[in-house]
Amino acid sequence: MAEDTKHIVTSFEVDLQKLRDMIAVMGGLVERAVADATKALVNHDAETAARVVAMDPQIDAEERAVDQFAVKLLALRQPVADDLRQVVAALKVITDLERIGDYAANVAKRSMVLNKMASPYSLSGIGQMAGLVQQNLKTVIDAVGEADPQKAISVWRADQAVDDLYNTIFRELITYMMEDPRSITGCTHLLFIAKNLERIGDHATNIAELTYYAVTGETLPDFRPKGDQTSAYVHIDSASQE
Amino acid sequence: MEIASKMMSEVPAPVMPNQSERAGSVKVSIRNLNFYYGENHALKNINIDYLDRKTTAMIGPSGCGKSTLLRILNRMYDLYPGQRAEGEVMLGGQNLIAPDVDLNRLRSRVGMVFQKPTPFPKSIYENVVFGVRLHEKLSKAEMDERVEWALTRAALWNEVKDRLNTSAIGLSGGQQQRLCIARSIAVRPEVLLLDEPTSALDPISTLKIEELVDELKKDFTIVIVTHNMQQAGRCADQVAFFYLGELVEVGSSSQIFTAPRERRTQEYITGRFG
Repeated sequence: MAEDTKHIVTSFEVDLQKLRDMIAVMGGLVERAVADATKALVNHDAETAARVVAMDPQIDAEERAVDQFAVKLLALRQPVADDLRQVVAALKVITDLERIGDYAANVAKRSMVLNKMASPYSLSGIGQMAGLVQQNLKTVIDAVGEADPQKAISVWRADQAVDDLYNTIFRELITYMMEDPRSITGCTHLLFIAKNLERIGDHATNIAELTYYAVTGETLPDFRPKGDQTSAYVHIDSASQE
Repeated sequence: MEIASKMMSEVPAPVMPNQSERAGSVKVSIRNLNFYYGENHALKNINIDYLDRKTTAMIGPSGCGKSTLLRILNRMYDLYPGQRAEGEVMLGGQNLIAPDVDLNRLRSRVGMVFQKPTPFPKSIYENVVFGVRLHEKLSKAEMDERVEWALTRAALWNEVKDRLNTSAIGLSGGQQQRLCIARSIAVRPEVLLLDEPTSALDPISTLKIEELVDELKKDFTIVIVTHNMQQAGRCADQVAFFYLGELVEVGSSSQIFTAPRERRTQEYITGRFG
């Protein structure tokens, strides 16, 4: 990307910077929503959880604002090459960010439900997974702001660790549920929370791919290192086989 | 007029000289082309292919050599002393810049339309037949058919069929430009050169010319010089970017306008210099 060469039309330069700033604001909100949702879950903090849920309409409003501004840029500036890629990527990135906001709100809502239940299980695994997801999200939002393809690639590669943790948590929760059916409600909420975090990780990799394309004009390979194997999980009860 | 009563579909299309070749094959091949305005080295070692029945747009800032290249293709530079070209511009096995090329014959194979419409102060009919009479001996009926064919291909027939004997000067700017295109294609050239053909036209006339270019490329190899990036993107199959007498990059229009390989191309088309 020709970052060191400015556009002849200064107002276009200003508009593109404004677009980047708007995405940075939205990215910051989403980052905070995910961090606070995790905090609310791990600390059983209903007040913070409620704040995350209340943030969601604000994130949605930011998405609409960026969307309208990007469409205006397309209509009035007719960007091409890296400018075009930047605007098109922005339109897609905000969709991913908005979905991440939804997942964070859902984690917060479920954490409020979990607060009302006895908790026989450790949250350390989910806390660790949330930490990884937050780190990837932060890196990818930085990659967008700094137009840094290397940071984007690092996030694209790092999602496998999130998937591996998700597999572990999935099996762990199934074990809890088998041991004690009374834990099924709580564990199901935790399963959804873990799945939400795993999806946040996937959206972060989407943003990484979009950023890489916007900056370099090239697409990352179709194959991405993935580790979520839960869709193929089958439990065979040894007692029933006999 | 007799031809006015005929249905358009009845007008037989003249056999185009390039119809036997495969669309997309190399029509004009330029190799190691250098051009000099006296001491000024205006084009530096240009290598590019123009593809049969495809549109190539040449873009670049003023003075980059794109119009110079266009003028080489039909030897317009021969009109000016001190200008010379070296290298190869091959069309159908013939080097167009070789000294023994018959310029009249060449200009019937390579037609040109200029930035400003240049109708002759004659009737619409006489404008269209002007070039044909230089190269072919046709009967009145054949000439009428040729006029109808050329004006139809230039998307002007319906607007002028009832006033072919009125002066071309009375036409609007957009109509005049389409008349000039009709005049160029009436001699059935193989290659049609368009030098900023819409820069003097209003937006609707511009769109009509662009639509026309899309239609004409079914029969002709088209090379268009334009300063309008969107027009290059819309009209062209391939785009060539020139800068300071060099061909910086040539690629499909979608590649050039979404992910150009060269930094200079990107900076020019995004409006960072030029």
